Amino acid sequence: MSLLAIEGLTVKFGGLVAVNDLSLAVEQGAIHGLIGPNGAGKSTVFNCISRFYKPSAGTMHFDGRNLAGLEPHQIIGLGIARTFQNVELFRRLTVLDNLLIGLHSRTGGGVVSGAFLLPGVRREERQARARAMEVLDFLGIGHLANQSAAGLPYGQQKLVELGRALVSQPKLLLLDEPAAGMNNQETAELGGLIRQIRQSFGATVLLVEHDMSLVMSLCEQITVVNFGRKIAEGRPREIQQNQAVIEAYLGEEAGPGEAHFRDAQGEDRPERGAQRA
Amino acid sequence: MNRSRLRFVVGGVLLLALPFLLSGRGYLVYLVDLAGVYVVLTLGLNILTGYAGQISIGHAAFMAIGAYTSALLTLKLGAPFWLAMPVAGLIAAAVGGFLGITALRLSGHYLAIATLGFGVAISQLAAAWEPVTGGFQGLKPPKPSLFGILFNNEIKYYYLELAVVVLLVWLAVNLLRTRAGRAFMATRDSEIAAQAMGISLPEFKTAAFATSAFYAGVAGSLYGHLVGFISPFDFNLSVSLMLLAAIVVGGLGSIEGSVFGGIFITLLPQLFSRVKNLPSVLTGVVLILVVLFLPSGLADLVRRVKLRIIARAGTGAGPGAGVAAGTSAGAGGEGLDVSAGD
Repeated sequence: MSLLAIEGLTVKFGGLVAVNDLSLAVEQGAIHGLIGPNGAGKSTVFNCISRFYKPSAGTMHFDGRNLAGLEPHQIIGLGIARTFQNVELFRRLTVLDNLLIGLHSRTGGGVVSGAFLLPGVRREERQARARAMEVLDFLGIGHLANQSAAGLPYGQQKLVELGRALVSQPKLLLLDEPAAGMNNQETAELGGLIRQIRQSFGATVLLVEHDMSLVMSLCEQITVVNFGRKIAEGRPREIQQNQAVIEAYLGEEAGPGEAHFRDAQGEDRPERGAQRA
Repeated sequence: MNRSRLRFVVGGVLLLALPFLLSGRGYLVYLVDLAGVYVVLTLGLNILTGYAGQISIGHAAFMAIGAYTSALLTLKLGAPFWLAMPVAGLIAAAVGGFLGITALRLSGHYLAIATLGFGVAISQLAAAWEPVTGGFQGLKPPKPSLFGILFNNEIKYYYLELAVVVLLVWLAVNLLRTRAGRAFMATRDSEIAAQAMGISLPEFKTAAFATSAFYAGVAGSLYGHLVGFISPFDFNLSVSLMLLAAIVVGGLGSIEGSVFGGIFITLLPQLFSRVKNLPSVLTGVVLILVVLFLPSGLADLVRRVKLRIIARAGTGAGPGAGVAAGTSAGAGGEGLDVSAGD
């Protein structure tokens, strides 16, 4: 059984069909890529899994559990954590506090028990801090723990956001363009880091990414969407040679060949507004 | 470690000796007592607005609920003060939680208007419900007594209040350092990310309203028993607006800022009270100056002065120390610029 099974997912915004009858299965332990040109509906899929959008049709099952009817804040408790396309940190808080909030679903202190610092809360806080520091050290940013999140350079903010998702020990990690804004070397390091995350945390990874070299080297399975529909699925080599995929990325007049395909990534980036709309 | 303990002891001694430092002048001690009430109010409002990011322009209403509850419990039921004050807080918290639930669908300007309406409605209710509230005749809450001590003058009341304020500051500091407080701040910084982290917005927005209203209710109780007379005028819109001004001047999202702001709005009008209209003009001017030059409030000013002192002390103490202090001040300065840029 797949860890995440999406079937017949359809999302409509007014007259616009953002996702159309999409089916997707993410296997336990996989690093699975979700790619596609501008406005293809990739982030919309993520936002459906996170329950920020309510699908018009289709089902989503995680670990055998139906996600229908759940509220956004209930998702991380099931073991699905995510990052955002445009980093969504708690900007006025420290890096450590950001990770501690990532542990919200794994801890239980309330207003009254926290205000009176009851023994249970003290213990929980101590453990949470230790856990958060472990994850920061794993990511190599332990020395930033007490820095304000907003003051960090973009690349480090992305790492903090990754740590905030990781600290909850998710079974499934949703990464929305983790390499956006990174240079080539940082991107290469990110690939190694994601593999290490799977190994150390036992997390399955589903990522949306435009950097084709990263996707092709990292993912075992790739799903390609265009105009909300799935146009191809398979291993990186199959995807690179798939005529429909090449056409989707380069337009019909473009010749075949993965060199062109790789070049296409650079033009894909300024697409945020289109996808959010 | 040693230094912070020293500061703690010195601060404690100063607070305990304050009435005597004012050489027992009743009116000054009374003003300090009044400032204590406002500190509790600004703490509560800052938890809601500064930390949880939810605005309230009707906060005096919660103060009214606390003041009337405490007055009625002591006057009509003969309840002791130690019971009436926390009950006043809890009833205000219950109403606050209820308002929070109804306000869940609102944010920004709409929430502001809803809380404004609530504030106006409560003070109208206090005026109209004469059989219970005494209308504009008001109520006369008795001086509290505790363990056989009657707190019938400003100095005794000061110590009673000091205990309550210190306890409430301690509770607020703890709350904001633990899970629920972080959930408040997460909600303020990014509702989307907060939900993705498992924070239920309805739960924590309601909790923030209730917590904030609890503080206001306790403050209302303290106010009534201090002044000895309450009427709808004490809890009108201008009080709510002054509270909002106080947390902005003091520093949004800062405990020290709440304390500075509470003291500020109590003392400023008194300083110039002999000149007609000047207090409100001055408050307005100071508010504009603070917003222009200190977007993080008086708390930020204190922090900057402290950094300046550390840096200066550093240059006097030899090259090595100077460099160390200089870099730490530099790092602090960077942080401030960032927060100012927000």
